Amino acid sequence: MNTKLATILLLASATSLAACAKKAPAVLPPPPEERVTTVQTTPQPQPTGPTVGTQDHFAAAVGSSTTIYFDTDKYNVDSQDAAALQAQAQYFARYPQITFTIEGHADERGTREYNIALGEKRATSAKNFLTSLGVDANRIAVVSYGKESPVALGSDEVSWARNRRAASVIIN
Amino acid sequence: MTKKLLLLLTAALMAAPAAAQDLGAPVGEGGPVETVAVEGEASDGPLRGTVTDESAWSDIGIAIPAFATDRERATPANEAGTGALGREISRVITANLRNNGLFKPVGPDSLPQPAFPQITAPAYGTWSGKGAEMLVHGYVRARDDGKLVVGCYLYDVALQDQLVREGWVVGPADWRRAAHKCSDLIFSRLTGESPFFDSRIAYIAETGPKDRRVKRLAVMDSDGANHRFLTLGSATALTPRYSPDYSKILYLSYVDGNPRIYVYDIGTGKQTLVTENKSPTIAPRWSPDGKAILYSMAVAGNTDIYRVPATGGQSVRLTNNPGIDVGGSFSPDGRKIVFESDRSGSQQCYVMDADGSNQKRISFFGGRCATPEWSPRGDQIAFTRIAGDFNVAVMSTAGGNVRVLTKGWQDEAPTWAPNGRIIQFFRTEKNSGRSGIWQVDLTGQNERRLPTPVDASDPAWGPIRP
Repeated sequence: MNTKLATILLLASATSLAACAKKAPAVLPPPPEERVTTVQTTPQPQPTGPTVGTQDHFAAAVGSSTTIYFDTDKYNVDSQDAAALQAQAQYFARYPQITFTIEGHADERGTREYNIALGEKRATSAKNFLTSLGVDANRIAVVSYGKESPVALGSDEVSWARNRRAASVIIN
Repeated sequence: MTKKLLLLLTAALMAAPAAAQDLGAPVGEGGPVETVAVEGEASDGPLRGTVTDESAWSDIGIAIPAFATDRERATPANEAGTGALGREISRVITANLRNNGLFKPVGPDSLPQPAFPQITAPAYGTWSGKGAEMLVHGYVRARDDGKLVVGCYLYDVALQDQLVREGWVVGPADWRRAAHKCSDLIFSRLTGESPFFDSRIAYIAETGPKDRRVKRLAVMDSDGANHRFLTLGSATALTPRYSPDYSKILYLSYVDGNPRIYVYDIGTGKQTLVTENKSPTIAPRWSPDGKAILYSMAVAGNTDIYRVPATGGQSVRLTNNPGIDVGGSFSPDGRKIVFESDRSGSQQCYVMDADGSNQKRISFFGGRCATPEWSPRGDQIAFTRIAGDFNVAVMSTAGGNVRVLTKGWQDEAPTWAPNGRIIQFFRTEKNSGRSGIWQVDLTGQNERRLPTPVDASDPAWGPIRP
């Protein structure tokens, strides 16, 4: 997680949303071997493992890819976010009955109302990317919490980077 | 977290817009205060010039001894009777004038108690001997119908003359309003400024740890008294705004799982959505006459500003821009709106006509401009200045003469006193996320924290009460 965050922080991603959306098809086709890998690592419904349709099951399948992160005041999907969303798209393709919400968040270093609007933009960016990967838009709800729901509690760059996020949460 | 979200989502899917399950019991507002004639020598008009030099105000010593009573009587306003109530009223007036950094008031606890007949015929010798330049006298009389008559007199000790007097009839529960009206009378007479003490503040009361903060709609008097929670805290409430007549509050609630603006009727306890639309709505504002509401709505992720009649009906879109356009604050004449937009790449303040035309950026000071609020006097705009830290600042309506008033780590969301002399805002502490309401006057002086029972944010100062 820390490595990824460091990478995010180091990324001087000036890529626009449109540019990313154009870039997306290039990495769209899921490599067959990756799909096989995913199948092997996805816990099949067992008495002990998480069941399909729960957040735990989703997290076990895609790992840290349940959430993507953004630069300050930005809402574009960068290449690292794209990889995470592809993992999500594969999961949602495998389980077409699952619906989910993308929660958009901002760090505390913004004004309250603007941050709700920004969180909405971030969550919508993630939604649009997933729909471009074939996930039905009707399965995706979007909600912004602005800066009201941080996961990292410090007032420092690392915490803020963790809070600028769009998290996919399974509805059951 | 997940459980809460699922609950919220379930509620959202049920699409019951005005479910209102987070509301507490309704609390009616008192309504207008009746003004009555009070006895006394006729005022000779303004014998003393209006004090305009602010440094001079604080040098004026004002004696505020206990208000007298014509006859000691029981009253629900004070279990010890009308005499004790008179002393309480003087204390409230003293605290008002002292807390706001105006004058040098001396309260009833260190002054002799005038007798009832002296209220209209002060013992000037006593007061000049104590170094008082101004003298406030008053009385409390309980009527047979249970209501209270409160008289308020301001005397110039050196001139041995009455400057102003006024009286009010209030219900026992509203006795503090008489104290605020008297404070306003004194303040206005001595400064030439409009009154502001008899006003209320809506805000968000915050409790709990930073990642599970409970945010409730709450209201209080301008001095923090008569505090009430209006929502229960099961859903996050944010950004309230009192209607100009205090009958309603606009605020954001996540009660159906999504951020939506509700119009809450204080008297009936009922609330309705500001607009029947599935898109999230944020940042509510009243027009100065209370007839129109501004709100911001995100459609397909992008937020723009809309206007709708307060009685409901068709919304009009005022901004149409791929950037985030949010908030908005009317000029006092209702003809212009200042709002924030990041269309230039960062949050900046813009002014447009009330119909959305002539949108022009006004902030060019280098940092970011957020949450602009037009002064009730019309000549200035207060805003959150983001340049490293967050500070409260003011500028002219054209964006010039930026003056930074506060120096906190995160000072946000200014709101004006009804007379445009004082600004409240909320200050958030680094790391802990603790928040409180603070105020500062237009000169940047007299900064102080308002007393609130728990942490507090998003203050919204209402107008002077009728």
